[in-house]
Amino acid sequence: MSKLEHKLLNTTETVFTAEFHTLDGNGFEKAKKVADRFRGWFDGVNATDNTAAHAHVSNVASAIAMKQLGLEPILQVVCRDKNRLAQQADIMGASMFGVENFVALTGDDVTAGDETEARRVFDLDGPQLVRLMSTIKRGEYMSGRKIDPAPHMFIGAVENPGAPPFEYRVQRVAKKYAAGAKFLQLQICYHQDRLEKFCAGVRDAGLAGKISIIPTVVLVKGARPLNFMHNSVPGIDVPADQIARVEKAADPAEEAYLQTLEFAQHALAQPGVRGLHITDFRNDDTLERLMTDLGRVREITKTNATTNDVKDDHAYSA
Amino acid sequence: MTTFIATIEHVVKGPVWGCQDCGQCVLHSTGMTCPMNCPKTLRNGPCGGVRENGHCEVKPEMKCVWLKAYDRTQDWPLPSTWKDEYNHLRPPVDNRLKGTSSWKNFFTKRDRWTPAGWKNTTEEVAAQGVDH
Repeated sequence: MSKLEHKLLNTTETVFTAEFHTLDGNGFEKAKKVADRFRGWFDGVNATDNTAAHAHVSNVASAIAMKQLGLEPILQVVCRDKNRLAQQADIMGASMFGVENFVALTGDDVTAGDETEARRVFDLDGPQLVRLMSTIKRGEYMSGRKIDPAPHMFIGAVENPGAPPFEYRVQRVAKKYAAGAKFLQLQICYHQDRLEKFCAGVRDAGLAGKISIIPTVVLVKGARPLNFMHNSVPGIDVPADQIARVEKAADPAEEAYLQTLEFAQHALAQPGVRGLHITDFRNDDTLERLMTDLGRVREITKTNATTNDVKDDHAYSA
Repeated sequence: MTTFIATIEHVVKGPVWGCQDCGQCVLHSTGMTCPMNCPKTLRNGPCGGVRENGHCEVKPEMKCVWLKAYDRTQDWPLPSTWKDEYNHLRPPVDNRLKGTSSWKNFFTKRDRWTPAGWKNTTEEVAAQGVDH
């Protein structure tokens, strides 16, 4: 059982997950640095799958690197780039290296990326991918061919509480829960009222305690990334007053931090919310500050203290 | 004959519903809105990229197919059994049926074939009381 699964199913502790940085050149060295920053803070870290339709080191390779570096990976599987055969291969491949957390996403369209001429796949959609994960967890490929022993899997999905049609988003949660999702990472939402309604809706649908809601907050340094998200990231709307608050502050970096902290505390107070997903665009000491302000104590053990313990002979611990 | 039926279907459904000839029509369960017109061909609801004005992430000039489907399912006088199906988990597209007649596939039940691994989860069985 993964640590994330244990905490969500067997305890009432707040969990923290994060987005692993995208890796390109010199990827493993970069992964080590990120792992040193993240280790001990997070119960699971997303191995992203070509974020925003840009090619990077693959989700599976990132997840294996994380295992080697003492982080617990959550394998993101996106529907944009691969058909169902390749998705199953990725899930099984990661599982072979001891990856136990999986999260299914539809994914941004290729038009969000830098190779917009690429073919979009979307052989499956998000809810179908959740059910495919359940199929594999049960010990079968989509064809019905047996997988013995079945891999251990803790399955999650994502939802965007901040994009229309708002009331229908809860029905999609119910669909993904029924298909096998046990946790739900949310897209960043700068409208607190929408998040409140979404969480209340999930509770009213009878899903409280059945699916763990993990909203996202983003650490940014100033108004520019807020403007970027508002203008360029599909499905994210940042209200003008939230941008102005940071833009017009005497110390925009400090104001941006306080804004993130405020959104984090607000999110954690919503019904059904079991933790937070943190995307760190700042790369400074505010990650530690945020975690500390939220009451998290870093879990450092002898075995995960530094990457010096990592041997070159693929010392993953499955 | 098969081609003839497919042609008739295409001529009728193309202009009215924007039929993409997937051969496994689910129009009745999606508020008479063809999900194959979603640029991501999503069969189970909108993605997270819907714009603030309800338009498509990929085609900003187009209203999200799934917003249309949702509104029509609420507002149009469709049979309640069709409306109930809106929230069903529609199976992955069978790509072998592309270009064939969904009318024929409906009557021969070919459109209800799913892979052996595509089974209800225990949660779905508990919710629906049936296994299909």
